[in-house]
Amino acid sequence: MSQRFVRLAETERARVRIVIDGQMVGALAGDTLLVALLSHVRHVRESEFGDGKRSGFCLMGACQDCWVWTDSGERLRACTTVVEEGMHIITRQPEATWPNHA
Amino acid sequence: MAQPRVIIIGAGPAGVRCAETLLAAGVRPTVIDEGRKAGGQIYRRQPDNFTRPYAQLYGTEANKAQALHHSFDALRDHIDYQPESLAWNIADGKVHVVSGERTKALPFDALVICSGATDRLMPVKGWNLAGTYSLGASQIALKAQACAIGRKVVFMGTGPLLYLVASQYIKAGANVAAVLDTSPMGGRFSALPKLLARPSVLFNGLALVASIKRAGVLVLTGITPVEITGDADAGVQGVIVSDAIGCSHSFTCDAVAMGYHLRPETQLADLARCNFRFDAETRQWLPEVDVDGRSSTPGVYLAGDGMRVLGADAAEIGGRLAAMAVLKDFGLDVDVGTLQQLRAQRAQMERFRQGLTQAFPWPYQQAAQLPDEAIVCRCESITAGELRHTVREKGAQEANRAKALCRVGMGRCQGRYCGNAGAEIIAQAAGIPVEQVGRLRGQAPVKPLSMAVREETE
Repeated sequence: MSQRFVRLAETERARVRIVIDGQMVGALAGDTLLVALLSHVRHVRESEFGDGKRSGFCLMGACQDCWVWTDSGERLRACTTVVEEGMHIITRQPEATWPNHA
Repeated sequence: MAQPRVIIIGAGPAGVRCAETLLAAGVRPTVIDEGRKAGGQIYRRQPDNFTRPYAQLYGTEANKAQALHHSFDALRDHIDYQPESLAWNIADGKVHVVSGERTKALPFDALVICSGATDRLMPVKGWNLAGTYSLGASQIALKAQACAIGRKVVFMGTGPLLYLVASQYIKAGANVAAVLDTSPMGGRFSALPKLLARPSVLFNGLALVASIKRAGVLVLTGITPVEITGDADAGVQGVIVSDAIGCSHSFTCDAVAMGYHLRPETQLADLARCNFRFDAETRQWLPEVDVDGRSSTPGVYLAGDGMRVLGADAAEIGGRLAAMAVLKDFGLDVDVGTLQQLRAQRAQMERFRQGLTQAFPWPYQQAAQLPDEAIVCRCESITAGELRHTVREKGAQEANRAKALCRVGMGRCQGRYCGNAGAEIIAQAAGIPVEQVGRLRGQAPVKPLSMAVREETE
């Protein structure tokens, strides 16, 4: 997995483990879920409207473009959620997509 | 009278100073904060287990950030502070507040809305690709999480925040590919008399630009964004712009931070039935307020960037002014000298803001140049061509009608990121002034709520 975000400081924090699409990875206590994910992968979800992968946009809870799914079907807004040990996130769109053919 | 029930929405610079002023006068407010900790976006605090000092986090504004945080910490036990709580509706003299899966209605005698602002965006072809972020987002990644949004970042847009965040990235050791500003250099010289209203802020700004150039990062002004390149799977791979004389420049990068100043978050003022007016200078609709922040709705006050984008210093003043207006309207004494001093200080900041608007104008003309295939609504992947078709073939010349017919503004961001540009596209396609397009109505809930949310009753 190659990551999107680059950690520049504050890397001496306690480790937590999460699972992204079945693969266990490390994150740091105090990470938002978005940062934890993008420190390992390059997207967090797929557009329901078929135009490709998304990695969040505003990071302040306003755009709703970082909604991710857990393996139990719960939906979380990754930029305002604090990462927790054992979170299991799916980055693939779990439902049908509705591509825009206009 | 009994202790008046005062609710403040927001705990940024305006909300904190408002609460402080009220408490000093013996009125104990309720403060509703969407954040986990007070500070707002500008003075957002890092998590408890982070260790960077104030100077590193907030640069030239470190003392102000620290002062605001200290003020709030001193207040916290004396007010009703409700963090991680979203005010999602205002109706019948009550604010509806959700926290976790519970929502409750809080009645008020006075309401001060300090809702802040979000980035104002102009779409460009490819801005839907993974790796494109708002400027504010790029700053939050660094400030609150010590991360850069990519390995190689292009900053594109205009306004002081563009240079501020680019310089913060460079200082933090991130790789900045270029700073691409849509504003031409000439505007800055003609704006100088107004910008001199705040010489120290102007000096800090010039020092930032110099530090970016000293770091060897290319800064281009007067550019027109052409495309963010890449693909649906890999995300952003580059940026193409044309310069002031029409030459094309391309940059390789894996992230783009984009923004054109800010837009006030006015949905709650709208739900509180405040009147709005069109501000020709910024081409935005703003709530009508008097000099201290009284809206057209009795008992509803506004302060900070959510009223009018003047920045953090003016927001602190605005919070104090709104608090004094509340006190005065309850028949309590306020110090006239302080009131006049605060008003005069804010007038200086207003003059400075006019200078910024002139120096870094909103490039509304780009709406006309946006290719038909470019996505305008990132939420639902709706293109400029579809919006234009809705205007030209279905006769939708008003923002809400166009929204109803093609869904630009209907998605999850509720028009925050497409609304300003959408209005410009409609105006251009219809051949009418943008003020005639109107503004998107605020809708409750102002952000999506979970189906699991239940009303708490007494």
